[in-house]
Amino acid sequence: MEQALSGIKVLEYCSFVSGPYCSKLLADLGAEVIKVEEPGTGDAARHRGPFPNDSPDPEQSSLFLYLNTSKLGITLNLRSPAAKKVFKELVKNTDALIEDTSPSTMKDLGLGYDVLKEVNPSLVMTSITPYGQTGPYRGYRAHHLNIYHSSGQARFSYSMSQDSALPPVKGGGFLGDYDAGLSGAVATLAALFKHILGGPGQHIDVSRQEALISLDRIDIGSFTNDISMVERRRGMLGGLMRCKDGYVVVLAPQQHQWEAMMNMMGNPEWSKGEKCKDEFARSEHASELQPLINEWMLQRTKKEIYHLGQSFGCPAAPVNSTADVFKSPQMKERGFFADIVHSRAGRLSYPSASYKLSETPWQANRAAPLLGEHNQEIYCGRLGLSDQELAEMKASGVI
Amino acid sequence: MNMEEYPLDGIRIVDFTWAWAGPYANLLLALLGAEVIKVESLKRLDHTRLRSLMTGPTMGSPDQSTVFNDINLNKLSLTLNLTKPRAIEVAKELVKKADVVIQNMRPGVMDRLGLGYEALREIKPDIIMLSSSALGSTGPEGNYSGYAPTFAAMGGMAYISGYPDKEPSTLSGAIDTRVGTTSAFAILAALIYRQRTGKGQNIDLSSSEAISCLMGEAFLDYSMNQRVKERDGNDDDVMAPHGCYPCQGENCWVTIAVSTEDEWQAFCKALGSPDWTEDSRFADAPSRQQNRDELHRLLSGWTIKHTDYEVTEVLQGAGVAAIPTLRGDMVSKDPHIKERGLFEEIEHPELGKRLVVGPPWRLSTTPAKAPRPAPLIGEHNQYVLGELLGMAQSEIDRLIEEQVVY
Repeated sequence: MEQALSGIKVLEYCSFVSGPYCSKLLADLGAEVIKVEEPGTGDAARHRGPFPNDSPDPEQSSLFLYLNTSKLGITLNLRSPAAKKVFKELVKNTDALIEDTSPSTMKDLGLGYDVLKEVNPSLVMTSITPYGQTGPYRGYRAHHLNIYHSSGQARFSYSMSQDSALPPVKGGGFLGDYDAGLSGAVATLAALFKHILGGPGQHIDVSRQEALISLDRIDIGSFTNDISMVERRRGMLGGLMRCKDGYVVVLAPQQHQWEAMMNMMGNPEWSKGEKCKDEFARSEHASELQPLINEWMLQRTKKEIYHLGQSFGCPAAPVNSTADVFKSPQMKERGFFADIVHSRAGRLSYPSASYKLSETPWQANRAAPLLGEHNQEIYCGRLGLSDQELAEMKASGVI
Repeated sequence: MNMEEYPLDGIRIVDFTWAWAGPYANLLLALLGAEVIKVESLKRLDHTRLRSLMTGPTMGSPDQSTVFNDINLNKLSLTLNLTKPRAIEVAKELVKKADVVIQNMRPGVMDRLGLGYEALREIKPDIIMLSSSALGSTGPEGNYSGYAPTFAAMGGMAYISGYPDKEPSTLSGAIDTRVGTTSAFAILAALIYRQRTGKGQNIDLSSSEAISCLMGEAFLDYSMNQRVKERDGNDDDVMAPHGCYPCQGENCWVTIAVSTEDEWQAFCKALGSPDWTEDSRFADAPSRQQNRDELHRLLSGWTIKHTDYEVTEVLQGAGVAAIPTLRGDMVSKDPHIKERGLFEEIEHPELGKRLVVGPPWRLSTTPAKAPRPAPLIGEHNQYVLGELLGMAQSEIDRLIEEQVVY
């Protein structure tokens, strides 16, 4: 099937979340992605899990399975001279290289952008690193936790009962790592668009920290230019509240939405007074009014509040667990979860994509590759190596 | 090479979006060189010109909103009052000269205005149109509305963010900008397809699904093991220490993550090997994971005696991941961010000098554009109507008089 990115060739030399997510986004829209992994160990996500019944198996890590759909997988030990030659052959035949090693690694391997652009002048090379290719922290070690907290995002939350004695907290799972992959994919596609028009090759520096800072540019911009914003944060009524069976979010930033919220609640007497007359008054009396709203929510389930609120035109939502999302009739109807069969992990339901492209739908073209699954296909089929050469590379630990 | 070359040179986008998610998608595309024409009206004002979820109603006038500015850099503004039939005609004339239309009104609204995909395809067959809504435009809840916190809640991210014994966190407005980034990605993919085949297409995006995609492994865990992922604060399934620790100074924190046995040894040494590091409860990774709360308490006793930057320097010197937890106002002052030049100063005609976050990527040969202030309302009416659509001045005047341009 013709997909949006059919015909685009991508080489990936990445591990864990950010880089693999970047190229997964391209692969699921039809780009041919060849993923290069370290022989023996492979991508760190293979060792992370969650695993079926918690028993570790590098071919059945859900983190790896999700992040590497639609890709071909080969192994290559880039420290060996023979491997470098092979890698350059692969670079010669690719449109984009996505890599996530620390800033000096590719250069030290003799495979920096300056070398690779000689091999392929129109190459788009995207480097995704914790703090970017330049600056005093470029060599700093970092995990998701560190990068998320270094971006300002851990300090922002609309949560009302924020306990300031507790340390600021990161986003759930590997949120910030996914963000960097997504941001890198935007820059990569922009460069590829230019490249299709005959534009030059280039090196793209993606700092995971900057990807996150850019996302929170409004809050960060506010505090950067006017520190008094910290003090002036106003309470808007509603927000995250406890209900009978969990939590809900009910919002009413605009007057008509406030009226909808009050309609939903049966227009209680207190809502007709001076203290509720406009958003300024409500904000002023938030500490008195909020408990009255909380009390109403506590009597109802998240599902009730969700549908009732929406029927009145008030943006309301349940705080869904993964199980709730799976069971959501809306997502079922839209086919958000796609079944993919993997030779070892079997049939599982994967989140697909949030965008429905009318002409070129999202499609997982294959399950995540086994370690080195496509060595034969790529090395012999594409690069024309003989079976014997492949056997030698294997024996000497190159693949 | 021409220094004025950008990745999306020559691409024109008609932008009917408001709030944060849609405008952020267009901001990214504008920074990449697209010409983004924001269609707005005093009749239907982007509410960020007046208020925000965070600050409430604090803006002096539609042209004095810092929130609007920071997410609408580098765009042009055309005021069209879409309640008037003539304004719809003008909008269509503009679409004829555009490559992409983006909108995030409630599903159905653009169709009723006569500006739905089918109508626009009639006049511009290869148009790419993206509609972004709370839950997508199809399905039983397709007409439901929402904002960033409801997307976080619906998509599953709020449930897994925060401390285990505390309430979930709907995170920040960055939930919206994540949706916007996803939209920009989908549009670029469609632009590449159009470039190869000449075909446009319609894109229907669900904001809540965009957030779900950012936690795929948790859904696979449910599919695989029927296990529901719970909140785990700053903890990690494998690493310990792994957390946010108090430092000297008011409300100052540092994050530390130790991943291997070698790192643990280097970490202990960097701390000066206090007695507790020798404790059998911390002898190997599984023990440290099991006793992580106690480890957190003891480590906090060390970090509190130092500043966040001191801890960072000492631990990074030993090859251990550490970094200060930056507050919003600390980000632009951080030495690394300063050296990278992420923030740029702009001069806004109403707001004056202002530091804004620049593009989040560095492209070596076709760089992203330097930030320019967001447009004043209707600032580019003359350019769009006169220059782009070739209207006579008398006609423009009449449109203004009839409040079509308003």
